[in-house]
Amino acid sequence: MYSFTPTEEQQMLLDAVKRYAEGDIRPAAREADEKCELPPELIEKGWELGVLQASTPEAYEGFGDYSALTGVLAAEGLAYGDLAASLGVMTPNLFVLPILLAGTEEQKKEMIPPVIEMEWKAYSAALIEPKFDFDPLDLQTVATKKGDSFLIDGEKTYVPYAAEAEKLLIYASLDGKTQAFIVDADAEGLTVGEKQKTLGIHAYPLYSLKLEKVKIPASQQLGGPEGHSMDLIQASWQIGLAALAVGVAQAAYEYAIEYAKDRDVFGVKVAQKQAIAFMLAEMGTDIEATRLLAWEAAWMIDEGKEGAYKQAFLAYHAAVDMVMMVTDQAVQILGGHGYIREHPVEMWMRNGRGFSTFTGLAMV
Amino acid sequence: MISFEMPKPLIQTRTVVETVAKNMMRPVSRELDENEHEIPWAYIEFMHTATKALGSSSMAPDEAAKKKKEQDPEKKKRPPINYQRLMVMVEMLSWGDAGIYLCTPGGMLGAAAVSAAGTPEQKKRFLSRFTGKEPVFDAMAMTEPQAGSDTSAIRATAILDEKTNEWILNGEKIFVTAGNKALIDSKGFIVVWASLDLEAGRAGIRSFVIEADTPGCKVTKFEEKLGIRASDTVSIVMQDCRVPFENILGSPTVEKSTKGYKGAMATFDATRPIVAASALGVARAALEFVQEKLAEEGVEIHYGLPRQKMSNLEREFIDMETQLRQAWLLTIKALWMADNRQSNAMVASMSKVKAGKVATMITQKAVELMGPLGYSREFLLEKWFRDAKINDIFEGTGQINLLVVARNILGYRGSQLR
Repeated sequence: MYSFTPTEEQQMLLDAVKRYAEGDIRPAAREADEKCELPPELIEKGWELGVLQASTPEAYEGFGDYSALTGVLAAEGLAYGDLAASLGVMTPNLFVLPILLAGTEEQKKEMIPPVIEMEWKAYSAALIEPKFDFDPLDLQTVATKKGDSFLIDGEKTYVPYAAEAEKLLIYASLDGKTQAFIVDADAEGLTVGEKQKTLGIHAYPLYSLKLEKVKIPASQQLGGPEGHSMDLIQASWQIGLAALAVGVAQAAYEYAIEYAKDRDVFGVKVAQKQAIAFMLAEMGTDIEATRLLAWEAAWMIDEGKEGAYKQAFLAYHAAVDMVMMVTDQAVQILGGHGYIREHPVEMWMRNGRGFSTFTGLAMV
Repeated sequence: MISFEMPKPLIQTRTVVETVAKNMMRPVSRELDENEHEIPWAYIEFMHTATKALGSSSMAPDEAAKKKKEQDPEKKKRPPINYQRLMVMVEMLSWGDAGIYLCTPGGMLGAAAVSAAGTPEQKKRFLSRFTGKEPVFDAMAMTEPQAGSDTSAIRATAILDEKTNEWILNGEKIFVTAGNKALIDSKGFIVVWASLDLEAGRAGIRSFVIEADTPGCKVTKFEEKLGIRASDTVSIVMQDCRVPFENILGSPTVEKSTKGYKGAMATFDATRPIVAASALGVARAALEFVQEKLAEEGVEIHYGLPRQKMSNLEREFIDMETQLRQAWLLTIKALWMADNRQSNAMVASMSKVKAGKVATMITQKAVELMGPLGYSREFLLEKWFRDAKINDIFEGTGQINLLVVARNILGYRGSQLR
């Protein structure tokens, strides 16, 4: 049977997420963007909502089973507040979820509880590399097996919280296949570069990373000596990003509606002009269509359906275009005011452009 | 719990209808396109007798089945899926051939209007004919030469003759889909929109049932069209056409409110997603054609590549596939809401907007991508390009549906957003 209604448990979580997104994130977002800094107490409060904990089984100190769908619903709700803060709250996902989804039992037991039990700490991941046609399945960073260790060499960029990270999941090419390795952030040969300056998500701390003969024990390869598939991890990025994009778009869309219904033009409200009303109708339609696709992909992952990975990619593909269109149109509807930093839409538009670049920066 | 699991009865419907589409529609698709106005009787007879096996293909809810369900406590517990089943059916039939699909006997738009606004007596009187021995059709006659989506400009009139207690209808209707099949080829009926009082504007507009063989009601013209050529689109002239008083749908008196009019408009909340479903079927046919041809040539579509590494062909194809699924999801949601009696006007119009646009885009892109194969009448792709376009036009153009979506989003009445 089809159904579009979340469970009661999901709804409770969503209500809490909504209160946090509207009450805490949104009022702090502009200042965070201007100062290029996320207030730690804001992130801690979001962490306490327990979204990741709810997707982590009790065996690893969480209190629920992994659900891509719940993750998608929560991510959408968070991003309605602000993207940078959402990414901040969700940063430990980048470390925990790949281990949960693809790690050995030993890795799960050792690595997950310290993250899950404690207050928010910087556990993160390094994937993206500084080249225009970066491809997560064709990495330049290389892992070489040497005895019972790996040596990792390469260059990473857009590594969240690298400067204060406890541990990082580092993706590297092993015999031509992308594999993840669990690395202590203070490992020798690992150098954190300058904080990076980007078009959007100013508040989210991103760093470059140099890896020179970083030596790690062979046991730290995700999934053990057999390694792991990237399919589920990639799908988890894709639906995570799609959900965040829907949240960002929803915020911009609602802001534009409110503005257009309030602002007078030629004796009527701006929203009473078809030129504007039609833009809003298309924005609303594409947001809803993308939301449903992200939900469906997440549901397919949870149910182990054939074609789930492809669907996740389609959802991401749709979201990248949708969020750019919607945030751009929101700025357009506000006209000159949209371009002014007094209103949040220009920030959302800058954030929206990033989704095609944010590969691996969010997981649910 | 959110779920995208297609219910088993729907999967069964899809499987059965796919066989019909493959065996009874595709083989005659080209022939019926080249011979406009030829009637696909073989398909019609088959569908008429097969309705029992397929489940109702009617826009009108199956009253008998509803009663049965109410009496059976086991069945009563199951969530309703009638509209969702219709969507699956219409999508697959249109995948077979959108023009032939429009020749499907049984209640369509006219029946939808009767079941939305009719009394129990009217439903019985007008809808029971569809389960008779012969295939029967219906149609909706709304558009006039000077009035399309702007129904307040309707000039056809209905005047009550108090002596005989009959309505006298006068006026001309155009673009009546299946009008000839409803009035001439079968003992069906059409639902005609006319004004009780031209001064009253939309508040005066009502719909009336005109049955086949009613004197004063004539089919005057067959349109020649870009696509869906197997389906007749006709003009109808009513000249002192008398129908019994009981053939009015809704209240016979003109009040200040437009409640009666709005009731009639509510029909669209169900019919628009069904038109969307038809668009989706044509679009899927075109997409699958492209997919097959690419596979034959050994061209593989790689999913998951960064955009910088996608070929143009991959990007276009993935776009088409993505948007088709998005439109499909909006449509199933709209009809799921209709089945569950949730107010769905906004999503219903969203699905129509998206599906109409997507089907037009996909079929146009498919012809482009397939080059000389796409443009050739050796294949059906060029036909689907022509067939698909109607879905962005009838049952409200894409623009009218955008207007409906916008009014819903903004909470505006028609007077606030014209």
